[in-house]
Amino acid sequence: MFLIKLLFRNAFRHKLRTTLTILGISIAILAFGLLRTVVSAWYSGVEASSASRLVTRNAISLVFLLPSSYREKIRQIEGVKTVSWGNWFGGIYINEKNFFPNFAVDPTTYLDLYPEYLLTPEERKAFIHDRKACVVGQLTAEKYGWKLGDTVTLKGTIFPGNWDFVVRGIYRGRDKGTDESQFFFNWEYLNESMKKTAPQRAEQIGFFILGVRNPGQAAEVAEAVDRSFKNSMTETLTETEKAFQMGFVSMTEAIVIAIQLVSFVVIIIIMAVAANTMAMSARERTGEYVVFKTLGFRSPHLAGLIFGESFVITLTGCALGILATFPAAKAFGDAMSTFFPVFYISRKTIYLDLLASMIVAVSAALIPALRVTHIRIAEGLRKVA
Amino acid sequence: MQVPPPIVRIRDVSKAYKRGTQILPVLQNITLDIAEGEFMTLMGPSGSGKSTLLNLIAGIDKADRGTITIGGTDITTLSETELAAWRSTSIGFIFQFYNLIPVLNALENVELPLLLTGLSRKERRQHAEMALQVVNLPDRMDHYPSELSGGQQQRVAIARAFVTDPLMLVADEPTGDLDRVSAKDILDLMCRLNAELGKTIIMVTHDPRAAERAHVIRNLDKGVLDNVSDQAPL
Repeated sequence: MFLIKLLFRNAFRHKLRTTLTILGISIAILAFGLLRTVVSAWYSGVEASSASRLVTRNAISLVFLLPSSYREKIRQIEGVKTVSWGNWFGGIYINEKNFFPNFAVDPTTYLDLYPEYLLTPEERKAFIHDRKACVVGQLTAEKYGWKLGDTVTLKGTIFPGNWDFVVRGIYRGRDKGTDESQFFFNWEYLNESMKKTAPQRAEQIGFFILGVRNPGQAAEVAEAVDRSFKNSMTETLTETEKAFQMGFVSMTEAIVIAIQLVSFVVIIIIMAVAANTMAMSARERTGEYVVFKTLGFRSPHLAGLIFGESFVITLTGCALGILATFPAAKAFGDAMSTFFPVFYISRKTIYLDLLASMIVAVSAALIPALRVTHIRIAEGLRKVA
Repeated sequence: MQVPPPIVRIRDVSKAYKRGTQILPVLQNITLDIAEGEFMTLMGPSGSGKSTLLNLIAGIDKADRGTITIGGTDITTLSETELAAWRSTSIGFIFQFYNLIPVLNALENVELPLLLTGLSRKERRQHAEMALQVVNLPDRMDHYPSELSGGQQQRVAIARAFVTDPLMLVADEPTGDLDRVSAKDILDLMCRLNAELGKTIIMVTHDPRAAERAHVIRNLDKGVLDNVSDQAPL
């Protein structure tokens, strides 16, 4: 207790210097936390992927479609439990700025494969039975003020025309990592319309989503699916949902790497600031440490005092930084919800903040502690005198 | 009557410092005995080696040659860790500039060396309060060093030096930074500790008036100890 009191008094002996150092650490931790959260948001699709889901698409590119007849063939492949399908619709709500992902999907199988999208039984039933129904994520619904029963019109870019949908469900995510910005509607609605307006585009599917019986056999199932369509007019590429999502992330990998680098640079900078503070404090107190040694305190005691002081300063800054990260992330997430629909501070980010702070505390105290523990008492006393 | 063995027994101790390639002898073949309960003063001009000798006796510096036995322990054979443990129980050090910890109040400063003992928090407090009463500062326990005069700070430093009941007190110019009145108070206090508590005291000083208060005055000149000059206890 006595020594802890001493640690705190030492840490706040130079109030201005300590306050500025703590402020610097807080800002660094805030920046680090935000940058790590941006990186996590970038990977949110990958993180939300299920090991029991596979995605089958055209082997040439996602832009090219697959015939709907593949559905039955895929369903017969051993290990496949459920087959769902969908198309990227690419509709615009009022203008292009109002972006949210929108898909035409098969309601029953899609909701079976994505239990993380939570709907009430009534909403689910309405979505399945109403051909013009759509289900929208809570985030998008709140953003545009949509309620159940509202009619929403999307302007098709890939599938021309104005498309009216009735909001029959507003889903919530089962966990924080679930994307609540998506918009789904019945694939049959799209297909029927295509049959009437552009028959050559009917019965075409953008992607199949496969639920596998045993996630451990996902690779074998994927291989079996692709083997089934080998040498056909439209070959497939089947991969795990994670790999599929990673494909999107890898397109912007350079940006992610840059953000990660910047987050570590921030920590290195604050390490230098904290080390400078600790070096100054230890140098100013050389005389006191010599007195401690004279009284019989040993090197581990003195190292403990210096490391302890470093931890007090750094962890105070870290705690304030973490506290500040929450409102900052909320504001950032709200402002950037179009780009980052899933934006929350994960537990991992908090642990990384703590780890970074501890690394800063240890590295800042290391050299001053070594210096103080190695100083000879007689030599130190001469300096004090 | 049987003469008690000396508490400090120094034999042929030499010490030199290295300055670049030069070796500067500071102490040469020092042999000295100090009896238990003695109040001894070391005098000499600047650079004569008196502080170095005091440091060697206090176990905060190491002799190049010779043996120093304190209370039966040859401290020249102890490792740094053993020396630190030995200092915490055997030596009370009084500095010229008090060297109190500025963020600790008087009571906490006195309590500091007791942290190395097995005493409970309550016992530590009791010992520290008692020590402050001995140095006549019971009403200044909560005061920080910056709120105390030089003489009061030195009294706190003396309380810190004897609170662990060490074998002896070593003082390096304890009155060097004080005015005459405060210096007299400090010397009175040290004499009282010597007379009433039987503390062996070794004091380095330049001040002949301070030196007069000791039983024995030894002079060092260019690292060599001169003849004994006994004085009657005051």
